[in-house]
Amino acid sequence: MEANALHDLTAAYALDALDVDDAREYEAHLSHCDRCRDELASLSEAAGALAYATEAPMPPPELRARILQQARRERPNVVPLRPRWAVPVAAAAAVAACAAIALGIWAVSLSSKLDRRDAALAREQRVAAILAQPGSRTIPFARGTLVVGKAGDAALVVQHLERAPTGRTYEAWISAGGPPRRAGLFNGGQNSAVPLKGSVQSGASVLVTVEKAGGVDAPTQKPILSVQS
Amino acid sequence: MSEYRPMARTFAHLSDEAIVALVARSDEEALAELYDRFGRVAYGLALRVLRDDKLAEDAVQEGFLTAWRNADRFMPERAKASTWILTLVHRRAVDLVRREDRRRAEPLAEGVEPAPTASVEDDAWLRFERERVQAALRQLPDQQREALELAYYGGFSQSELAERLGQPVGTIKSRMFTGLARLRELLAEPGNGETAWKPTPSTT
Repeated sequence: MEANALHDLTAAYALDALDVDDAREYEAHLSHCDRCRDELASLSEAAGALAYATEAPMPPPELRARILQQARRERPNVVPLRPRWAVPVAAAAAVAACAAIALGIWAVSLSSKLDRRDAALAREQRVAAILAQPGSRTIPFARGTLVVGKAGDAALVVQHLERAPTGRTYEAWISAGGPPRRAGLFNGGQNSAVPLKGSVQSGASVLVTVEKAGGVDAPTQKPILSVQS
Repeated sequence: MSEYRPMARTFAHLSDEAIVALVARSDEEALAELYDRFGRVAYGLALRVLRDDKLAEDAVQEGFLTAWRNADRFMPERAKASTWILTLVHRRAVDLVRREDRRRAEPLAEGVEPAPTASVEDDAWLRFERERVQAALRQLPDQQREALELAYYGGFSQSELAERLGQPVGTIKSRMFTGLARLRELLAEPGNGETAWKPTPSTT
Protein backbone atom coordinates (compact mmCIF):
# COMPACT_ATOMS: atom_id res chain seq x y z
CA MET A 1 0.00 0.00 0.00
CA GLU A 2 1.23 3.52 -0.76
CA ALA A 3 2.49 5.53 2.20
CA ASN A 4 -0.24 8.12 1.66
CA ALA A 5 -2.92 5.47 1.75
CA LEU A 6 -1.43 4.19 4.99
CA HIS A 7 -1.54 7.64 6.61
CA ASP A 8 -5.27 7.59 5.86
CA LEU A 9 -5.79 4.49 7.98
CA THR A 10 -4.98 6.22 11.25
CA ALA A 11 -8.56 6.95 12.30
CA ALA A 12 -9.74 3.47 11.35
CA TYR A 13 -6.87 1.95 13.31
CA ALA A 14 -7.71 4.09 16.34
CA LEU A 15 -11.27 2.73 16.16
CA ASP A 16 -10.06 -0.88 15.66
CA ALA A 17 -11.85 -0.80 12.32
CA LEU A 18 -9.17 -2.34 10.13
CA ASP A 19 -9.12 -5.89 8.89
CA VAL A 20 -6.26 -7.95 10.25
CA ASP A 21 -4.03 -7.54 7.18
CA ASP A 22 -4.52 -3.79 6.96
CA ALA A 23 -3.89 -3.44 10.69
CA ARG A 24 -0.62 -5.33 10.39
CA GLU A 25 0.50 -3.26 7.45
CA TYR A 26 -0.40 -0.07 9.27
CA GLU A 27 1.52 -1.12 12.38
CA ALA A 28 4.61 -1.74 10.27
CA HIS A 29 4.21 1.70 8.75
CA LEU A 30 3.75 3.21 12.20
CA SER A 31 7.17 2.12 13.36
CA HIS A 32 8.82 4.57 10.98
CA CYS A 33 6.26 7.34 10.58
CA ASP A 34 6.39 9.99 13.30
CA ARG A 35 3.48 11.84 11.78
CA CYS A 36 1.17 8.85 12.08
CA ARG A 37 2.35 8.05 15.61
CA ASP A 38 1.47 11.56 16.74
CA GLU A 39 -1.83 11.53 14.89
CA LEU A 40 -2.70 8.12 16.27
CA ALA A 41 -1.91 9.18 19.83
CA SER A 42 -4.36 12.03 19.63
CA LEU A 43 -7.10 10.20 17.69
CA SER A 44 -6.86 7.22 20.04
CA GLU A 45 -7.65 9.46 22.93
CA ALA A 46 -10.82 10.61 21.19
CA ALA A 47 -11.71 6.99 20.38
CA GLY A 48 -11.07 6.01 24.00
CA ALA A 49 -13.53 8.69 25.11
CA LEU A 50 -16.25 6.78 23.22
CA ALA A 51 -15.93 4.08 25.86
CA TYR A 52 -17.42 6.50 28.36
CA ALA A 53 -20.53 7.16 26.28
CA THR A 54 -21.96 3.73 27.11
CA GLU A 55 -23.86 2.59 30.16
CA ALA A 56 -21.45 1.19 32.71
CA PRO A 57 -23.10 -1.45 34.87
CA MET A 58 -20.94 -2.95 37.60
CA PRO A 59 -19.10 -6.04 36.39
CA PRO A 60 -19.64 -9.13 38.54
CA PRO A 61 -17.24 -9.15 41.51
CA GLU A 62 -15.85 -12.56 40.49
CA LEU A 63 -14.34 -10.96 37.40
CA ARG A 64 -11.91 -8.93 39.48
CA ALA A 65 -10.92 -11.96 41.51
CA ARG A 66 -10.47 -14.05 38.38
CA ILE A 67 -8.22 -11.50 36.70
CA LEU A 68 -6.03 -11.16 39.77
CA GLN A 69 -5.83 -14.89 40.24
CA GLN A 70 -4.83 -15.47 36.64
CA ALA A 71 -2.28 -12.64 36.82
CA ARG A 72 -0.72 -14.21 39.88
CA ARG A 73 -0.49 -17.52 38.06
CA GLU A 74 1.28 -15.86 35.16
CA ARG A 75 3.53 -13.79 37.31
CA PRO A 76 7.15 -14.14 36.29
CA ASN A 77 9.02 -16.40 38.67
CA VAL A 78 11.07 -13.59 40.16
CA VAL A 79 10.60 -11.02 42.85
CA PRO A 80 8.96 -7.82 41.65
CA LEU A 81 12.11 -5.87 42.39
CA ARG A 82 14.13 -7.72 39.77
CA PRO A 83 16.49 -5.32 38.12
CA ARG A 84 15.32 -4.56 34.66
CA TRP A 85 18.44 -2.77 33.52
CA ALA A 86 18.60 -5.21 30.65
CA VAL A 87 15.27 -4.22 29.12
CA PRO A 88 15.38 -2.08 25.99
CA VAL A 89 16.10 1.55 26.56
CA ALA A 90 12.67 2.72 25.49
CA ALA A 91 10.93 0.49 28.02
CA ALA A 92 13.36 1.57 30.70
CA ALA A 93 12.57 5.16 29.89
CA ALA A 94 8.87 4.47 30.12
CA VAL A 95 9.17 2.98 33.57
CA ALA A 96 11.41 5.77 34.75
CA ALA A 97 9.07 8.34 33.29
CA CYS A 98 6.11 6.79 35.07
CA ALA A 99 7.94 6.87 38.35
CA ALA A 100 8.79 10.46 37.66
CA ILE A 101 5.15 11.25 37.09
CA ALA A 102 4.34 9.55 40.37
CA LEU A 103 6.78 11.81 42.14
CA GLY A 104 5.51 14.86 40.37
CA ILE A 105 9.00 15.65 39.18
CA TRP A 106 10.77 15.79 35.85
CA ALA A 107 9.72 19.01 34.29
CA VAL A 108 11.60 18.25 31.10
CA SER A 109 9.62 16.76 28.27
CA LEU A 110 9.39 13.02 28.41
CA SER A 111 10.46 12.59 24.83
CA SER A 112 13.74 14.36 25.40
CA LYS A 113 14.45 11.84 28.09
CA LEU A 114 14.35 9.10 25.50
CA ASP A 115 17.35 10.63 23.84
CA ARG A 116 19.48 10.61 26.92
CA ARG A 117 22.36 8.32 27.44
CA ASP A 118 21.87 4.84 28.85
CA ALA A 119 23.66 5.80 32.03
CA ALA A 120 21.17 8.53 32.79
CA LEU A 121 18.30 6.17 32.06
CA ALA A 122 19.77 3.51 34.31
CA ARG A 123 19.99 6.06 37.12
CA GLU A 124 16.41 7.12 36.63
CA GLN A 125 15.35 3.55 36.61
CA ARG A 126 17.09 2.90 39.88
CA VAL A 127 14.90 5.61 41.31
CA ALA A 128 11.86 4.01 39.72
CA ALA A 129 12.83 0.64 41.19
CA ILE A 130 13.08 2.02 44.70
CA LEU A 131 9.85 3.89 44.27
CA ALA A 132 8.08 0.75 43.14
CA GLN A 133 9.00 -1.20 46.27
CA PRO A 134 6.26 -1.86 48.76
CA GLY A 135 6.84 0.36 51.76
CA SER A 136 9.14 2.83 50.04
CA ARG A 137 8.93 6.42 51.25
CA THR A 138 9.26 9.73 49.50
CA ILE A 139 10.45 12.71 51.48
CA PRO A 140 9.96 15.99 49.67
CA PHE A 141 12.24 18.93 50.33
CA ALA A 142 12.62 22.36 48.83
CA ARG A 143 14.45 21.29 45.69
CA GLY A 144 13.34 17.75 45.15
CA THR A 145 12.58 14.43 46.74
CA LEU A 146 14.46 11.82 48.70
CA VAL A 147 13.25 8.31 47.90
CA VAL A 148 14.01 5.64 50.49
CA GLY A 149 13.30 1.94 50.08
CA LYS A 150 12.43 -0.32 52.97
CA ALA A 151 15.96 -1.70 53.19
CA GLY A 152 17.49 1.78 53.22
CA ASP A 153 18.42 1.86 49.54
CA ALA A 154 17.84 5.44 48.53
CA ALA A 155 18.00 7.98 45.76
CA LEU A 156 17.99 11.71 45.64
CA VAL A 157 16.03 13.54 43.00
CA VAL A 158 17.03 17.18 42.68
CA GLN A 159 15.50 19.77 40.42
CA HIS A 160 16.79 22.99 38.97
CA LEU A 161 20.26 22.78 40.40
CA GLU A 162 22.73 24.94 38.51
CA ARG A 163 25.24 22.79 36.68
CA ALA A 164 28.41 22.33 38.69
CA PRO A 165 31.09 24.71 37.40
CA THR A 166 34.02 23.27 35.44
CA GLY A 167 36.36 21.42 37.74
CA ARG A 168 33.69 21.04 40.43
CA THR A 169 31.04 18.44 41.21
CA TYR A 170 28.12 17.97 43.54
CA GLU A 171 28.76 15.30 46.10
CA ALA A 172 26.04 13.61 48.16
CA TRP A 173 26.68 12.39 51.70
CA ILE A 174 24.83 10.22 54.15
CA SER A 175 25.13 11.41 57.71
CA ALA A 176 23.97 9.22 60.58
CA GLY A 177 25.82 10.22 63.71
CA GLY A 178 29.42 9.56 62.64
CA PRO A 179 31.33 11.33 59.89
CA PRO A 180 29.33 11.74 56.68
CA ARG A 181 29.81 8.87 54.22
CA ARG A 182 30.33 9.51 50.50
CA ALA A 183 27.14 8.65 48.63
CA GLY A 184 27.67 9.72 45.02
CA LEU A 185 28.63 12.46 42.58
CA PHE A 186 26.43 14.35 40.14
CA ASN A 187 26.57 17.37 37.91
CA GLY A 188 23.26 19.09 38.54
CA GLY A 189 21.16 20.49 35.73
CA GLN A 190 17.42 20.69 35.42
CA ASN A 191 16.79 17.28 36.92
CA SER A 192 19.22 14.92 38.59
CA ALA A 193 18.42 11.38 39.64
CA VAL A 194 21.13 10.25 42.02
CA PRO A 195 21.00 6.69 43.37
CA LEU A 196 22.88 6.83 46.67
CA LYS A 197 25.70 4.50 47.62
CA GLY A 198 25.13 3.13 51.07
CA SER A 199 21.91 2.82 52.96
CA VAL A 200 19.82 5.57 54.49
CA GLN A 201 18.37 4.41 57.78
CA SER A 202 15.51 6.18 59.46
CA GLY A 203 16.68 9.46 60.96
CA ALA A 204 19.80 9.72 58.80
CA SER A 205 20.37 12.87 56.78
CA VAL A 206 21.41 13.24 53.19
CA LEU A 207 23.60 16.25 52.45
CA VAL A 208 24.94 17.73 49.24
CA THR A 209 28.10 19.82 48.98
CA VAL A 210 30.07 21.32 46.09
CA GLU A 211 33.48 19.70 45.82
CA LYS A 212 36.34 19.47 43.38
CA ALA A 213 35.81 17.20 40.37
CA GLY A 214 36.21 13.55 41.26
CA GLY A 215 34.92 14.10 44.78
CA VAL A 216 36.62 14.19 48.16
CA ASP A 217 36.72 11.94 51.22
CA ALA A 218 35.03 14.35 53.59
CA PRO A 219 32.90 17.44 52.95
CA THR A 220 34.92 20.62 52.65
CA GLN A 221 31.97 22.99 52.29
CA LYS A 222 28.79 23.85 54.05
CA PRO A 223 26.01 21.71 52.52
CA ILE A 224 23.92 23.44 49.88
CA LEU A 225 21.05 21.20 50.82
CA SER A 226 20.19 18.65 53.44
CA VAL A 227 17.20 16.45 54.01
CA GLN A 228 16.40 14.17 56.91
CA SER A 229 14.90 10.78 56.20
CA MET B 1 6.11 -12.00 62.00
CA SER B 2 3.46 -9.38 62.41
CA GLU B 3 0.04 -10.51 63.44
CA TYR B 4 -1.41 -7.89 61.12
CA ARG B 5 -1.55 -8.13 57.42
CA PRO B 6 0.34 -5.22 55.94
CA MET B 7 -2.02 -2.36 55.27
CA ALA B 8 -3.07 -2.09 51.70
CA ARG B 9 -1.00 0.62 50.13
CA THR B 10 -2.96 3.62 49.11
CA PHE B 11 -2.63 4.42 45.47
CA ALA B 12 -4.95 7.38 45.54
CA HIS B 13 -2.16 9.90 45.05
CA LEU B 14 -0.63 8.03 42.13
CA SER B 15 -1.42 8.94 38.54
CA ASP B 16 -2.87 6.28 36.23
CA GLU B 17 0.48 6.25 34.43
CA ALA B 18 2.36 5.57 37.67
CA ILE B 19 -0.01 2.68 38.39
CA VAL B 20 0.89 1.16 35.03
CA ALA B 21 4.58 1.58 35.86
CA LEU B 22 3.98 -0.50 38.97
CA VAL B 23 2.00 -3.06 36.97
CA ALA B 24 5.08 -3.30 34.72
CA ARG B 25 6.98 -4.38 37.82
CA SER B 26 4.51 -7.21 38.39
CA ASP B 27 2.82 -5.47 41.31
CA GLU B 28 -0.50 -7.24 41.82
CA GLU B 29 -1.96 -4.54 44.02
CA ALA B 30 -1.31 -2.06 41.24
CA LEU B 31 -3.14 -4.32 38.79
CA ALA B 32 -6.06 -4.43 41.22
CA GLU B 33 -5.99 -0.64 41.41
CA LEU B 34 -5.92 -0.37 37.61
CA TYR B 35 -8.95 -2.64 37.50
CA ASP B 36 -10.75 -0.64 40.18
CA ARG B 37 -10.20 2.52 38.16
CA PHE B 38 -11.15 1.23 34.71
CA GLY B 39 -12.76 -2.18 35.08
CA ARG B 40 -16.28 -0.83 35.15
CA VAL B 41 -15.93 1.39 32.08
CA ALA B 42 -14.10 -1.41 30.29
CA TYR B 43 -16.90 -3.84 31.12
CA GLY B 44 -19.57 -1.40 29.95
CA LEU B 45 -17.69 -0.95 26.69
CA ALA B 46 -17.19 -4.68 26.16
CA LEU B 47 -20.85 -5.30 26.92
CA ARG B 48 -21.90 -2.68 24.39
CA VAL B 49 -19.74 -4.29 21.70
CA LEU B 50 -20.45 -7.93 22.55
CA ARG B 51 -23.98 -7.76 24.03
CA ASP B 52 -23.30 -10.81 26.10
CA ASP B 53 -22.10 -10.65 29.67
CA LYS B 54 -19.95 -13.77 29.56
CA LEU B 55 -18.16 -12.63 26.40
CA ALA B 56 -17.80 -9.14 27.84
CA GLU B 57 -16.15 -10.61 30.93
CA ASP B 58 -13.77 -12.54 28.69
CA ALA B 59 -12.81 -9.39 26.80
CA VAL B 60 -12.17 -7.46 30.00
CA GLN B 61 -10.16 -10.31 31.48
CA GLU B 62 -8.06 -10.69 28.34
CA GLY B 63 -7.53 -6.94 28.09
CA PHE B 64 -6.30 -6.61 31.66
CA LEU B 65 -4.09 -9.68 31.38
CA THR B 66 -2.56 -8.24 28.21
CA ALA B 67 -1.85 -5.13 30.25
CA TRP B 68 -0.28 -7.29 32.96
CA ARG B 69 1.98 -9.01 30.44
CA ASN B 70 2.92 -5.97 28.40
CA ALA B 71 2.83 -3.04 30.78
CA ASP B 72 6.53 -2.45 30.25
CA ARG B 73 5.74 -1.53 26.66
CA PHE B 74 3.38 1.23 27.71
CA MET B 75 4.82 4.61 26.70
CA PRO B 76 3.40 7.40 28.82
CA GLU B 77 4.57 9.99 26.31
CA ARG B 78 2.41 8.28 23.67
CA ALA B 79 -0.86 7.66 25.44
CA LYS B 80 -2.80 8.18 28.61
CA ALA B 81 -2.97 5.03 30.69
CA SER B 82 -6.78 5.13 30.51
CA THR B 83 -6.67 5.18 26.70
CA TRP B 84 -4.18 2.35 26.70
CA ILE B 85 -6.16 -0.04 28.90
CA LEU B 86 -9.46 0.75 27.19
CA THR B 87 -7.82 0.17 23.80
CA LEU B 88 -6.61 -3.25 24.94
CA VAL B 89 -10.08 -4.24 26.09
CA HIS B 90 -11.76 -2.77 23.02
CA ARG B 91 -9.43 -4.60 20.65
CA ARG B 92 -10.18 -7.85 22.43
CA ALA B 93 -13.92 -7.18 22.30
CA VAL B 94 -13.76 -6.45 18.58
CA ASP B 95 -11.77 -9.65 17.97
CA LEU B 96 -14.43 -11.62 19.82
CA VAL B 97 -17.41 -9.96 18.17
CA ARG B 98 -15.97 -10.55 14.72
CA ARG B 99 -15.35 -14.16 15.58
CA GLU B 100 -18.81 -14.65 17.06
CA ASP B 101 -20.37 -12.50 14.38
CA ARG B 102 -22.93 -11.20 16.80
CA ARG B 103 -22.60 -7.63 15.68
CA ARG B 104 -25.42 -5.21 15.97
CA ALA B 105 -25.26 -1.49 16.14
CA GLU B 106 -28.35 -0.60 18.12
CA PRO B 107 -27.84 0.49 21.69
CA LEU B 108 -28.65 -2.01 24.40
CA ALA B 109 -32.39 -2.34 24.82
CA GLU B 110 -32.42 -1.23 28.41
CA GLY B 111 -29.97 0.30 30.76
CA VAL B 112 -28.77 -1.97 33.50
CA GLU B 113 -29.10 -0.62 36.99
CA PRO B 114 -25.72 -0.23 38.66
CA ALA B 115 -25.15 -2.75 41.41
CA PRO B 116 -25.57 -1.30 44.89
CA THR B 117 -21.84 -1.53 45.55
CA ALA B 118 -21.12 1.25 43.09
CA SER B 119 -20.15 4.38 44.95
CA VAL B 120 -22.19 7.54 44.57
CA GLU B 121 -19.05 9.34 43.43
CA ASP B 122 -18.30 6.78 40.74
CA ASP B 123 -21.87 6.88 39.50
CA ALA B 124 -21.90 10.65 39.37
CA TRP B 125 -18.61 10.82 37.58
CA LEU B 126 -19.48 8.15 35.04
CA ARG B 127 -22.82 9.78 34.38
CA PHE B 128 -21.09 13.09 33.86
CA GLU B 129 -18.57 11.57 31.45
CA ARG B 130 -21.30 9.74 29.59
CA GLU B 131 -23.33 12.88 29.11
CA ARG B 132 -20.27 14.83 28.08
CA VAL B 133 -19.22 12.37 25.38
CA GLN B 134 -22.80 11.81 24.22
CA ALA B 135 -23.30 15.54 23.90
CA ALA B 136 -20.16 15.79 21.77
CA LEU B 137 -21.34 12.87 19.62
CA ARG B 138 -24.70 14.54 19.07
CA GLN B 139 -22.93 17.55 17.59
CA LEU B 140 -21.39 15.47 14.81
CA PRO B 141 -23.06 15.25 11.40
CA ASP B 142 -25.19 12.08 11.25
CA GLN B 143 -23.01 10.27 8.74
CA GLN B 144 -19.87 10.82 10.76
CA ARG B 145 -21.52 9.75 13.99
CA GLU B 146 -22.91 6.67 12.29
CA ALA B 147 -19.46 5.69 11.00
CA LEU B 148 -17.86 6.11 14.43
CA GLU B 149 -20.60 4.23 16.26
CA LEU B 150 -20.78 1.34 13.84
CA ALA B 151 -17.00 0.97 13.88
CA TYR B 152 -16.34 1.44 17.57
CA TYR B 153 -19.42 -0.11 19.17
CA GLY B 154 -20.44 -2.38 16.31
CA GLY B 155 -16.99 -3.80 15.62
CA PHE B 156 -17.39 -3.39 11.87
CA SER B 157 -14.25 -2.95 9.82
CA GLN B 158 -14.06 -0.12 7.31
CA SER B 159 -14.58 -2.49 4.39
CA GLU B 160 -17.62 -4.08 6.05
CA LEU B 161 -18.99 -0.62 6.71
CA ALA B 162 -18.47 0.39 3.11
CA GLU B 163 -20.48 -2.61 2.02
CA ARG B 164 -23.18 -2.17 4.63
CA LEU B 165 -23.66 1.52 3.85
CA GLY B 166 -23.18 1.15 0.10
CA GLN B 167 -20.34 3.68 0.01
CA PRO B 168 -16.78 3.55 -1.30
CA VAL B 169 -14.19 2.66 1.35
CA GLY B 170 -12.59 6.07 0.83
CA THR B 171 -15.81 7.77 1.91
CA ILE B 172 -16.02 5.66 5.06
CA LYS B 173 -12.38 6.38 5.88
CA SER B 174 -12.92 10.06 5.51
CA ARG B 175 -16.10 10.03 7.63
CA MET B 176 -14.25 8.19 10.38
CA PHE B 177 -11.30 10.55 10.23
CA THR B 178 -13.32 13.75 10.10
CA GLY B 179 -15.69 12.52 12.79
CA LEU B 180 -12.95 11.44 15.17
CA ALA B 181 -10.94 14.63 14.63
CA ARG B 182 -14.06 16.70 15.26
CA LEU B 183 -14.93 14.68 18.35
CA ARG B 184 -11.44 15.34 19.65
CA GLU B 185 -11.98 19.07 19.19
CA LEU B 186 -15.40 19.03 20.82
CA LEU B 187 -14.12 17.13 23.83
CA ALA B 188 -11.28 19.59 24.22
CA GLU B 189 -13.59 22.61 24.30
CA PRO B 190 -13.77 24.19 27.73
CA GLY B 191 -17.55 23.81 27.88
CA ASN B 192 -17.06 20.07 27.53
CA GLY B 193 -14.09 19.90 29.84
CA GLU B 194 -13.73 17.54 32.71
CA THR B 195 -13.15 20.46 35.02
CA ALA B 196 -16.82 21.28 34.71
CA TRP B 197 -17.58 18.37 36.99
CA LYS B 198 -17.79 19.01 40.70
CA PRO B 199 -18.81 16.32 43.12
CA THR B 200 -22.09 17.39 44.61
CA PRO B 201 -23.21 16.15 47.99
CA SER B 202 -26.20 13.91 47.77
CA THR B 203 -29.30 15.74 48.87
CA THR B 204 -31.72 12.87 48.91
